[in-house]
Amino acid sequence: MAKTHVTMTINGQEVEALVEPRTLLIHFLREQMLLTGPHIGCETSHCGACTVDMNEMSVKSCTVFAVQANGANITTIEGMAAADGTLSALQEGFRMMHGLQCGYCTPGMITRAHRLLIENPNPSEDEIRMGIAGNLCRCTGYQNIVKSIQYAAAKINGVPFHEAAE
Amino acid sequence: MIPGRFDYHRPNSAQEAVALLAKLGDEARPLAGGHSLIPVMKTRLSAPEHLIDLGGIADLKGIRVDGNTVIIGAMTTQHSLLTSPVIADKLPIIAETSAVIADPQIRYLGTLGGNVANGDPGNDMPALMMCLDATFTVLGPKGERSVKARDFYLGTYVTALEPGEIVTSIQIAALSAGAGYAYEKLKRKVGDYATAAAAVVISMSGGKCTAAAIGLTNVAETPLLASDASNALIGSTMDKAAIDKAVAAAEAITNPAHDARGTPQYRTKMAGVMLRRAIARAMTRARG
Repeated sequence: MAKTHVTMTINGQEVEALVEPRTLLIHFLREQMLLTGPHIGCETSHCGACTVDMNEMSVKSCTVFAVQANGANITTIEGMAAADGTLSALQEGFRMMHGLQCGYCTPGMITRAHRLLIENPNPSEDEIRMGIAGNLCRCTGYQNIVKSIQYAAAKINGVPFHEAAE
Repeated sequence: MIPGRFDYHRPNSAQEAVALLAKLGDEARPLAGGHSLIPVMKTRLSAPEHLIDLGGIADLKGIRVDGNTVIIGAMTTQHSLLTSPVIADKLPIIAETSAVIADPQIRYLGTLGGNVANGDPGNDMPALMMCLDATFTVLGPKGERSVKARDFYLGTYVTALEPGEIVTSIQIAALSAGAGYAYEKLKRKVGDYATAAAAVVISMSGGKCTAAAIGLTNVAETPLLASDASNALIGSTMDKAAIDKAVAAAEAITNPAHDARGTPQYRTKMAGVMLRRAIARAMTRARG
């Protein structure tokens, strides 16, 4: 059961490491790469707290082996803000629209919404809700998460954000 | 939750994968999208000593058209099916079904081949493949062969795959022009397996049903082809009496498990309801 040599690009930086084949990507990121933004929630691919962007796909890193990510381009929540600390549109949206309470699901929510907005820059509310259907939040009731993503979409599209009447 | 130890292999071709499976025998498992296998490895219900990752085999990915047949590589993901113009044009019922499988993250990695080959009656694609009369191309130590989806499912997690064989591609005839179709799935929440689901394809001509096929998901030990139900529709005007007869015939062949999704009686009735809804929606789409 020899360790396997892997290389990946994580948040723009090339890394290499030896991993046991059974090491899950979430454990590799958190324990070997010390990137503790992606969270471990359910560990059963339901909750989405461990979501990272891998080769332009949102994936649940608790259900991917690190060896499967050999050669991959990975972005975690740590890679979302600009180098000078300026928040991404989504991060700003979650801050402005109060898109979190305890914050545990937030890295997964933002990482998933990041890919959603790249694929669909102007989603309807229904498309947002279906787009984050793999991410569970037990605090907010999702209302403000949806608003946060709408805020980010408006900012990315350069249009003013109007909160929908409830 | 950490799976048991295993050796990892990443072959570059299907032939290489099959050779590895033959060499390593019972202790080896092929790995597709991993979203059925990795969870059971975490709980140690499965502890293979070798994983053969099919993710590096380019030939197993992609969707192409040969005449009237759509050929889908086994490692094509649900996300690819959802976004494929070929599928949208020729087999839109596949995209409709992919959309109700699991959640976005899982659809990026989950594959058609994994979904059909695992033999889990909770998977949605097997009943659809039976409905569409798909053919699976299978590669193994004795070479390549074809198996009809309608002959593939023998029991829960038991398929016509011989030891060491993998599904490499799926061939499906394009829906005929004007065919109506629908996949209706009842589930408790996003990501759940079906309480019951039904796939329907019908053709109409001069106000009468000229062809019909019906598949049922997760209401027996295997996916079901409901032939008596589809026969009840063929030749009819799709009036209420014919649909009632089809629903009764479909309910008659179910044998669902009693689980958290409901009692066998409830799940059988829900299979009937899903079939009724799928027929109604297929009729709105049928031309001719």
